[in-house]
Amino acid sequence: MKHIISIRDLDRQFIDELINHANHIASQHFNANSLSDKILALLFFEPSTRTRMSFEAAMARLGGTSISVGSIEASSMAKGETLADTIRVVSGYADAIVLRHPKEGAARLASEFASVPVINAGDGAGQHPSQTLLDLYTIQQSLPLDGIDVGMIGDLRYGRTAHSLAYALSLYRSRIHVISPKGLELPSALIGELRERGTEVVEHEHVEDIIKELDVLYVTRIQRERFPDSASYFDVSSSYKITTELLEGVRSHLIVLHPLPRVDEIEPEVDDLPYARYFEQSRNGVPVRMAMLQEVLK
Amino acid sequence: MTTLMPPVGGLLINPIKNGTVIDHITSGEALNVLKIIGITGTTTESVSVATNVSSGKIGRKDIVKIENRELRKEEMDRIALIAPRVSINIIRDYKVYAKGGVERPKFLLGVVRCPNPGCITNAHEPVSSRFEVLPNGLHCMYCDWLITNDITGHMI
Repeated sequence: MKHIISIRDLDRQFIDELINHANHIASQHFNANSLSDKILALLFFEPSTRTRMSFEAAMARLGGTSISVGSIEASSMAKGETLADTIRVVSGYADAIVLRHPKEGAARLASEFASVPVINAGDGAGQHPSQTLLDLYTIQQSLPLDGIDVGMIGDLRYGRTAHSLAYALSLYRSRIHVISPKGLELPSALIGELRERGTEVVEHEHVEDIIKELDVLYVTRIQRERFPDSASYFDVSSSYKITTELLEGVRSHLIVLHPLPRVDEIEPEVDDLPYARYFEQSRNGVPVRMAMLQEVLK
Repeated sequence: MTTLMPPVGGLLINPIKNGTVIDHITSGEALNVLKIIGITGTTTESVSVATNVSSGKIGRKDIVKIENRELRKEEMDRIALIAPRVSINIIRDYKVYAKGGVERPKFLLGVVRCPNPGCITNAHEPVSSRFEVLPNGLHCMYCDWLITNDITGHMI
């Protein structure tokens, strides 16, 4: 039984095959009834728009059915049931479970109690492997994953998508450039681990110092609640904003990605530039999640 | 009046009849070793502690002697986490009955509490904490947190 819990559990061969599979699906090479006898349980204990809807869309495109708990308030969790018990029960209703939960490690725990495959759709500040897989998928649509320069900007301390992507890129020979406000840097333990794995990680103070040498710019949201007051938040967020002026003179093949939702870290005028790929990235969630569902349900 | 002379090359603490001698403890860790094996001010065992003793093997070391108690395997595993070079001597009738080093376990189940308040193992779930012992610390196998210092302080 195959679970997809953390990008750390996946090797390069698995990721490459899944990306190839998603490419086939995106070019309409798939059986629209391949999961017609399957039921997917969506257990979302935290709000989600893109992840939840794209898993539902992926299941529907493969002919399968999705069931869900509805609101958290109406669920057994609100009555104090453990996640372990919820998972054991739902395993009896569905052929696979997609779980989003506020606690880190929840998906790992779920996989230990489930009798069906579990896909992690985000566990607190922890892992969100389907996002990372679609990030890699979007990059490889334009560029090889090997040997590229990837800039990561924003909240790199708490942003789980940045952690997972950095780890996944260490499977390839990419260089990682990190640009973040003081206090929101990529955790030093992760930087150390990436370097031990042979990945070059370069820290920059200003995005202007490196932007012209990047192939990919991965932007993450800086959350207001991380700052003591609004003034210091606006000070920092304005200096990390991606604007059309900033993108003048960049490499012609640069792609700008963002896991969304964005607030104001990328100005709307950037959407019309050829570098902007974040909406395409979001759309790519469907073929990538179709490939993941076929992988765990095959 | 009798004058007490300083010992010449002798033992700082006396031999024990039955019990355990934990030798070659990393200097300064003796009190943490006592904490790990549950010896507090309210326990009844006779315990001798020597700290910062000269040792050819590790420079300075601590020694703990506990009378009438033999350590269990899981206690030795815990000690290995903070003092990997200790030797443990089980004493019976003043003789060394068994002697050996300790091995750092590869995994710890239910030994250490994850310091991450957001970790699922700190919620009311029917699981024990699970850590992988790495050269640079203890890695939570649920939330990926890495404990690099004060391991004793996180022990359950």
